[in-house]
Amino acid sequence: MGDGALSFQLGEQIDPALNARLIAFAARIAAEHWPGVHEIVPTYRAVSLCYDPALIRGAALEARLRALWERPAPPAPTGRLWEVPCLYGHSVGADLAALAELHAMPPDELVARHAAAEYRVFMIGFAPGFAYLGGLPERLHTPRLAVPRQHIAAGAVGIGGQQSCITSVPGPSGWRFIGWVPWRSFDPGRAEPCLFRAGDRLRFRPVSEAEAQAIAAGAGPAPAPRTAPQPAPQHEPAP
Amino acid sequence: MSAEHPGAAHGVLEVCAASPLLSVQDAGRRGLRHLGIGWAGPVDGDALALANALCANPPGAAGLEFAGPGAAFRATRALRFAVAGAECAITIEGRRVAAGESHRLEPGQTLRLGAPEGAVWACLALSGGVATAPVMGARATHLRAGLGGHEGRALRAGDRLALGAETSSPCLRPARPLQGASPRPPESGPIRVVMGPQEGHFAPEIRALFTSAPFTVSPRRDRMAMLLEGPALPAARGHDIVSDATVPGAIQVPGSGQPLVLLAESQTTGGYPKIATIASVDLARLAQLPAGHSLHFAPIAREEAEAAWLAQRRAVARVLEGLVPRAEASLSSHYLLGHDLVGGLFAPEAITGHDQPAHAHADAPAAPEGGSQFRHPKRGG
Repeated sequence: MGDGALSFQLGEQIDPALNARLIAFAARIAAEHWPGVHEIVPTYRAVSLCYDPALIRGAALEARLRALWERPAPPAPTGRLWEVPCLYGHSVGADLAALAELHAMPPDELVARHAAAEYRVFMIGFAPGFAYLGGLPERLHTPRLAVPRQHIAAGAVGIGGQQSCITSVPGPSGWRFIGWVPWRSFDPGRAEPCLFRAGDRLRFRPVSEAEAQAIAAGAGPAPAPRTAPQPAPQHEPAP
Repeated sequence: MSAEHPGAAHGVLEVCAASPLLSVQDAGRRGLRHLGIGWAGPVDGDALALANALCANPPGAAGLEFAGPGAAFRATRALRFAVAGAECAITIEGRRVAAGESHRLEPGQTLRLGAPEGAVWACLALSGGVATAPVMGARATHLRAGLGGHEGRALRAGDRLALGAETSSPCLRPARPLQGASPRPPESGPIRVVMGPQEGHFAPEIRALFTSAPFTVSPRRDRMAMLLEGPALPAARGHDIVSDATVPGAIQVPGSGQPLVLLAESQTTGGYPKIATIASVDLARLAQLPAGHSLHFAPIAREEAEAAWLAQRRAVARVLEGLVPRAEASLSSHYLLGHDLVGGLFAPEAITGHDQPAHAHADAPAAPEGGSQFRHPKRGG
């Protein structure tokens, strides 16, 4: 990626096991504090680094990456599990009815299917705290809109292709939106500004409009994961 | 921000009139791309670096970036200021002064800035710097994310910005006149690129077309990206990839086949194939080309691009370290003659041209309504 960034890529597919290894690899790189490396970004299928060629050249950095990748690593831990309140439908999730019609199922069934799945945060990207989620049931895969819309709220739960997402700041999007998470998934004033991290797992818990508004107003406990990261089982996950 | 803000102890800069995309910028945020938080900072980093150096500010001080005519300011304390990155019609109470050197502004005097001439983006630095509250380690405004700067948005008339503590320094100028108020050595010739990371998505004849055909700078641009017009660059393997990391300088090719170059406010990930990346040495030069300019791309090896960038950094550092006091009496006729006050070609369509969506994004494409060339991102919600 030019003369100040490079991508260490392993495959082109969406694969939870590969993604977990890449997230763990990014953490190992960060722990080594390599001089000249100022960004470490795990994505679906790669770890991308930004570097200062005054401190390390791209070729030398690639060699360091390969050497580190070949060193044995502990298996990737299992990410935190979140139970995320979601108000399905209503104004933010206004595409719910049309999407249900498109998939020839009642809206309730679409909600039930969406809320029954466990999602994986494959990466945080595009916008601050924007969570790309894998694990969308195949029955709900839906192409993106041909004409994107300009004003999608923060916390909107979307479907785009085979992915789901939770938006973090208001903005344009070509995804279809079926619900609203009344948590602030990005808050620059918080000690940890982004609620979700790459590698986290989450499930949606349908809530009523009254409960969603109460959560948004700050009632109840602060958002917290249900489980901490768990060490991986002692065998390598199947590829 | 009101005058009661603690930072106002060192005076306030009042925005009397705003130009397009007038925003607070410092060197930007680093180390947060894994959280989806891009760098922001000026589109032309050397512009702010020179403007700061002319004001004897530390390199990381915050100033203002602007991209069109009409900005006007008053300050509650005396200060020194400098505009860099482009020649520009600058007046203090109607008296014309030059870009690329610092000047004194007395309390209550009105400073007016014209449009950057022969370029698109310029920076205004003020002695002591702009002292808005840092957000996640920087004062740079990320307009799309609504982050940093003054309320996370472009500045408007009536905004009041706290200034940092004044430092003592004479007004400064470069030891030798600069071209276009930029500390970069003048460059012409093709825009250098490093191919990839997804050049394999394009057939060999399309890659050859990319490096041989002329492209034209379109008026569709903002701080996030600029769109180029030229022959379509269809991707044999399709224009949707599994989203991966993007950086400023990456050349994305969406389904339209028209390349768009990501700039300072680049999103951190994207779903379009990237045929090449602009060599860092040429990214600001490209970003500063007014609409209508024609250009060619020339591929170079990464090692060559790194070496060219480092050489340019050394040249810029020499200019910044070699500033001298701007004593009016010592101005030589050689210096005055060498100083091109008029600047290069000024393309009015660069400012007034009709907007189209500057760019789309596979994950969240943008398609704003028409208007000025520059998009003013709004915060919803």
